[in-house]
Amino acid sequence: MSEPLLDRHVAFVGALREAGLPVSLAEGLDAARALTVIDLAERETLREAYAATLVKRPQHRPGFDALFDLWFPPVISDGPPEPAPGHAERPVLPNETAELRDRLADLLMGDPDDPAFRAFARSMVGRFGRVPAAGNRQSWFSYPVLRALSPQTLIARLLDAMLAERGGVPETLARTQISRNIRKFEEAVVADVRRRIAEESGIEKIARTSVPLPIDRVDFLRLTRDELARLRREVHPLARRLATRLTARRKLGRRGRLDVRRTVRASLSTGGVPLTPHLRPRRPHRPELVILCDASGSVAAFSHFTLLLTFALREQFTKVRAFAFVDTVDEITAHFRPGVDVLDAVTRMTEEADIVRFGRTDYGHVFTRFAERYADAIGPRTSLLILGDARSNYQAPALDALRRLAGEARHAHWLNPEPRPQWDSGDSLASAYAGIVPMYECRNVAQLATFVEDLAQVY
Amino acid sequence: MWFASPDEVRGRLASVDYLADDGIATSVFLAGALGKPLLAEGPAGVGKTQLAKAVAQATGARLIRLQCYEGLDEARALYEWNYKKQLLRIQADGDAWEDIFSEEFLLERPLLRAIRSDEPTVLLIDETDKADVEVEGLLLEILSDFQVTIPELGTITAIRRPYVVLTSNATRELSEALKRRCLYLHLGYPSPERERDIVLAQVPELPGLLAERLARTVATLRGLELKKSPSIAETVDWARTLLALGRTDLDEGVMAATLGVVLKHDSDQSRAAKELGLPRP
Repeated sequence: MSEPLLDRHVAFVGALREAGLPVSLAEGLDAARALTVIDLAERETLREAYAATLVKRPQHRPGFDALFDLWFPPVISDGPPEPAPGHAERPVLPNETAELRDRLADLLMGDPDDPAFRAFARSMVGRFGRVPAAGNRQSWFSYPVLRALSPQTLIARLLDAMLAERGGVPETLARTQISRNIRKFEEAVVADVRRRIAEESGIEKIARTSVPLPIDRVDFLRLTRDELARLRREVHPLARRLATRLTARRKLGRRGRLDVRRTVRASLSTGGVPLTPHLRPRRPHRPELVILCDASGSVAAFSHFTLLLTFALREQFTKVRAFAFVDTVDEITAHFRPGVDVLDAVTRMTEEADIVRFGRTDYGHVFTRFAERYADAIGPRTSLLILGDARSNYQAPALDALRRLAGEARHAHWLNPEPRPQWDSGDSLASAYAGIVPMYECRNVAQLATFVEDLAQVY
Repeated sequence: MWFASPDEVRGRLASVDYLADDGIATSVFLAGALGKPLLAEGPAGVGKTQLAKAVAQATGARLIRLQCYEGLDEARALYEWNYKKQLLRIQADGDAWEDIFSEEFLLERPLLRAIRSDEPTVLLIDETDKADVEVEGLLLEILSDFQVTIPELGTITAIRRPYVVLTSNATRELSEALKRRCLYLHLGYPSPERERDIVLAQVPELPGLLAERLARTVATLRGLELKKSPSIAETVDWARTLLALGRTDLDEGVMAATLGVVLKHDSDQSRAAKELGLPRP
């Protein structure tokens, strides 16, 4: 392997590790070995060779791709970048934009894997993406590119071009295709912007900030709409994985107590000597679960996801009852009947459930009200699970009501989607409540999965 | 050598009707060139098992399959002594204690058979995630050194390294140690363009336009938040269904009537019907 290639390889592996991919020494060597047998001029082969040897989890793939594009860019801009002459950019002619949009429309109707598609994205970044920055310098942004071409406003035109008549299934299909291609175009633009920044100010600098986190590490409170949709699609696979792990644990667990009757009965065949002890199979303990979840806007994404997950895991619990609240509380179990579409359930729950009085979260009132109305929900076999950020808008905390509830339940837990350092800041009552109910930081899917696993297994 | 280049992989797999993309072609090539096992992971019905079969068929190698399940153990996966035969031998000849641990009494199981095979062999370890964690430990020795130790016979080393493909549905995470020894290939759902080609390769009688329509519909369905997204295998089934019904177009009525071929949950069907604006049967 040549010296410069080796350096690049080592730096790339280092960057992957820095971005949180667990790349072992042996895997790095495998990758290096792979480089010796493939055609290095084929960029996609190189990418897949690295992916096959280094990336062993699908969640890590987007981050890997972003880094690969930086370390092994598809093109290198020719010549030194011309200094941006202030605002004296080449003026955009009205016709020019229209022509470019025509070209984009053509590409959006085609196959996004066509090399021309990416080449067009690159040339558009070169044309529109440069923004002069302070001190006679320049920088690259994707926003001006997308604003100049505004692919979203092409949708209607594309639909007309693709369909004889609008409406029905054909339109839905065409829309899916178009929006997928637009997304691919936007991604291509963003990737090229990153490449240009990396060229000018060094790869290491941009690599640290631009690599997307794996989806199960993304903060619940910072989810974008796309990420939320992706997460919801993860609910069932995640629930399946958790369920397998939980049943496996139970089977591995200790066997039960001695079954005297069967042992004695079996000892008759060995002349009354109990050679083989028979054990009573352990009864699986499946906890009853009562979930009390904050449905206010600030933590809604977190609550919804957790609710979906617990309901997807229903077999693991004997009974699940769910209650939602903002400043008063209502039961929402019925919305999550088996077979019900989860998305509908969440929408209907927010519309129909009686959970809002004034619209400002009030934990104190909620606990009091819950103790009055649903005291029967909590018994000695129940695990109480509270989901929320404990931000109560400076209302009375009603610690006594919570203490009573927690005292009646077998266990109580509180999941807080806020990072621990922010607890107790402002109107947060985290520590006050944490003194009664053990509170756990639960900022992403990975933490949630660990918690659910412990919850279903411990008892 | 199994393959000379990723392009050759693509060509030879295509000749047995398996359409490989860049990722598949490169990792299949590397698995052969580096002599490492290939772990293919992904949702059900995207062609993981089929990949191993296609590699065997394309290279003319023998396919040995180990189907994993809960409770699979050494005796089923590796080897076992034929103790009934051993007992008979001892009863027939009291001095036979020496030679009852010989070739004659050894029952080969898939892993041992693959290692001892002197012809080119593809070893498929299917649904690795279904097996217990202990089986992974057993696989580690075999997959890194391609050798097996049988106490009575000594260590058996592979004459020719078999081409190993492991598949997993990711119902549980495989151990880091196992993943580290393998090349990893994530098989996801294909792009509509590739899926159309796959459908046409599997069901050549289907009109091209209908295949295109089918692939786009399935891509849209996968975009919805469903309990279980339709797999490639189900798309192919759908194509066969339409063909059997003698349909040449996929309009709303036909779609609503045959949605059950790709969506197997009632809530998924109603969600899809709602999003696509289909009449509910």
